[in-house]
Amino acid sequence: MVINFRRFVIVLTVVWLGLFVLVPHVLVLLTSVMSPDPQHLAVWPLTLNSWGRLLEPLYAEVFWHSLWLSTLTTAICLLLGYPFAYIVAKLPGVWRGLLLFLMIVPFWTNSLIRTYAIKLILGNKGLVNSLLLASGLVDEPVQLLYTPFAVIFGLVYVLLPFMVLPLVSSFGKLDGTLLEAAHDLGAGFWQRFRLIIVPLTMPGIIAGSLMVFLPAMGMFYVADLLGGAKNLLLGNIIKNQFLVVRDWPFGAAFSVALIGIMAVLLWLYFLANRRINRAGGLDDESF
Amino acid sequence: MTRSPILTLSNISKRFASQEVLSDFNLTIQDGEFFTILGPSGCGKTTVLRLIAGFEQPNEGQILLNGDDIARIPAEKRPFNTVFQSYALFPHLTVFDNVAFGLKMAGVDVQDIAVRVADALAIVRLSEFATRKPHQLSGGQKQRVAIARAVVNRPKILLLDESLSALDYKLRQQMQLELKQLQRQLGITFVYVTHDQEEALSMSDRILVMHNGQAQQVGTPREIYESPRNLFVAQFIGEINVFDGEIVQALGEYQYEASINGVVREIRCDHRFAVGDKVHVMLRPEDLRIDCRPDVAERKGFPGIVLERSYTGQTLNSHIELENGQTLMAHEFFDEDDPDFDYSINQKVGVDWVPGWEHVIPAERSGKA
Repeated sequence: MVINFRRFVIVLTVVWLGLFVLVPHVLVLLTSVMSPDPQHLAVWPLTLNSWGRLLEPLYAEVFWHSLWLSTLTTAICLLLGYPFAYIVAKLPGVWRGLLLFLMIVPFWTNSLIRTYAIKLILGNKGLVNSLLLASGLVDEPVQLLYTPFAVIFGLVYVLLPFMVLPLVSSFGKLDGTLLEAAHDLGAGFWQRFRLIIVPLTMPGIIAGSLMVFLPAMGMFYVADLLGGAKNLLLGNIIKNQFLVVRDWPFGAAFSVALIGIMAVLLWLYFLANRRINRAGGLDDESF
Repeated sequence: MTRSPILTLSNISKRFASQEVLSDFNLTIQDGEFFTILGPSGCGKTTVLRLIAGFEQPNEGQILLNGDDIARIPAEKRPFNTVFQSYALFPHLTVFDNVAFGLKMAGVDVQDIAVRVADALAIVRLSEFATRKPHQLSGGQKQRVAIARAVVNRPKILLLDESLSALDYKLRQQMQLELKQLQRQLGITFVYVTHDQEEALSMSDRILVMHNGQAQQVGTPREIYESPRNLFVAQFIGEINVFDGEIVQALGEYQYEASINGVVREIRCDHRFAVGDKVHVMLRPEDLRIDCRPDVAERKGFPGIVLERSYTGQTLNSHIELENGQTLMAHEFFDEDDPDFDYSINQKVGVDWVPGWEHVIPAERSGKA
């Protein structure tokens, strides 16, 4: 009975994953090597043309720009999230719970709606510019919307919790006695930070960075609403190929390339994590 | 050997939130001694150690190192190092890098670091473990790395916070011996915090017994064990039997007659008492003598019956109930001439002691023990 139930659960999972993960991916991969056709989306014969187009300078430029936006977003999230996570992890239980809760509350509103809200705040007649004008700091509205700043602002806002949560977990596991030991052995604040805190929270830093970086490459609606035509993410290109240009094979090739980048990063994360865990003898439960 | 004070805690108060852990606490530690702070958990002994280390700041009072107040100097600038209860080895660093940490912080040059770390590891017999990570070591080895990591900096005082409590019994005994030898070899002042009285007695030059944030007694292990100043010290350090008595007559200086359980006996003590003073007459279990001669008339001491006896290998430990209901403990060594030496339960015996072996203090409480 128990064995039958177990088999049932396993089969169900395998079928589910096969149907909704494997098959779609195979279809996307297949589409990427088909020929484009505006009428029928993708047609035979098989060709590597779309893959070849990935190397065109235009797309390479967009690719690097997107990578740059995502990297900057990740760096800013880390800069903001690291001290925040440290403080949260050091607080007594009740406060820690409350702060994490407050951090998650905005998730109850659709992020698309929240991104529209940012658009209103950053617009030429938005809150920020109204305040700047009223205070007399500027004479005419500052262009905030449709800049790389706006895109990064939006991405950081949406993705910050993904940086904070793994970091809080890492800080929670950091043994305070180790810091006292370092203190005792003559290490000042920066030495304790550099030699003890950072290495021991590295799993959280890597996990948080990936959880920000990977979605940051694909969040096309943030770039759509806040970035205008010039600040595209990889996700925007894919979306445009599918919905605007209707070149499905090329969009599919881009998708597969993005999945490939993510897979490589996750693999590197796995390697780094294993190395850190082996080196540090830290437990592995939260990753 | 004459020693000079190295560290003095003077009128220290320490409060956490509203709770006063130490108040008007005083302590002097001599240069080069093995000093142990002994007390039950929550007595404030760890707070004293943390104040010395610099992890806590006193609310009032001074901490004098060779006469200079260091109470406001941060931990990293104090010439002390700590061996933590949990060892607190850096998990991401090798044994070598753990031990080298303090020297690197002090800016010692790389060559000297290599030599000094190698020396320190040799002292704790871990030379061949230099490249290991802490999680590849056993408890005793981690303990030794923690000690090496502290002594390599040549601290003026080494602070040890219940450092052996995580080890099993055999290893703990071995480490006690090693610590004592290490202390003699290095000549560094050790301040050791523990709740284990056996550990305190076997390693220390002097012991401070603490209870409820108060120093109860400072003295050599012998003084603490043989002449406890009050009931708490007497009962915390080993086992002790306490008789309640009353001074009946003075026989001379430090010599009195006292009535104990209705029997008048001669006692010797180092206090002055007046007639009518209540006293505690205390005897260690090994100082009691049990008289089991069958003839009641011949039997000496307080009559009682054997409640329980247990064999420990070295000694025969008996619980004896006196006629007034008080229970005594007696530990007797085996007599090689009498291999069958034992008592039976409910056997009638007399309990006595050699005159002068008792320790007498003023009574702190009334009623039976």
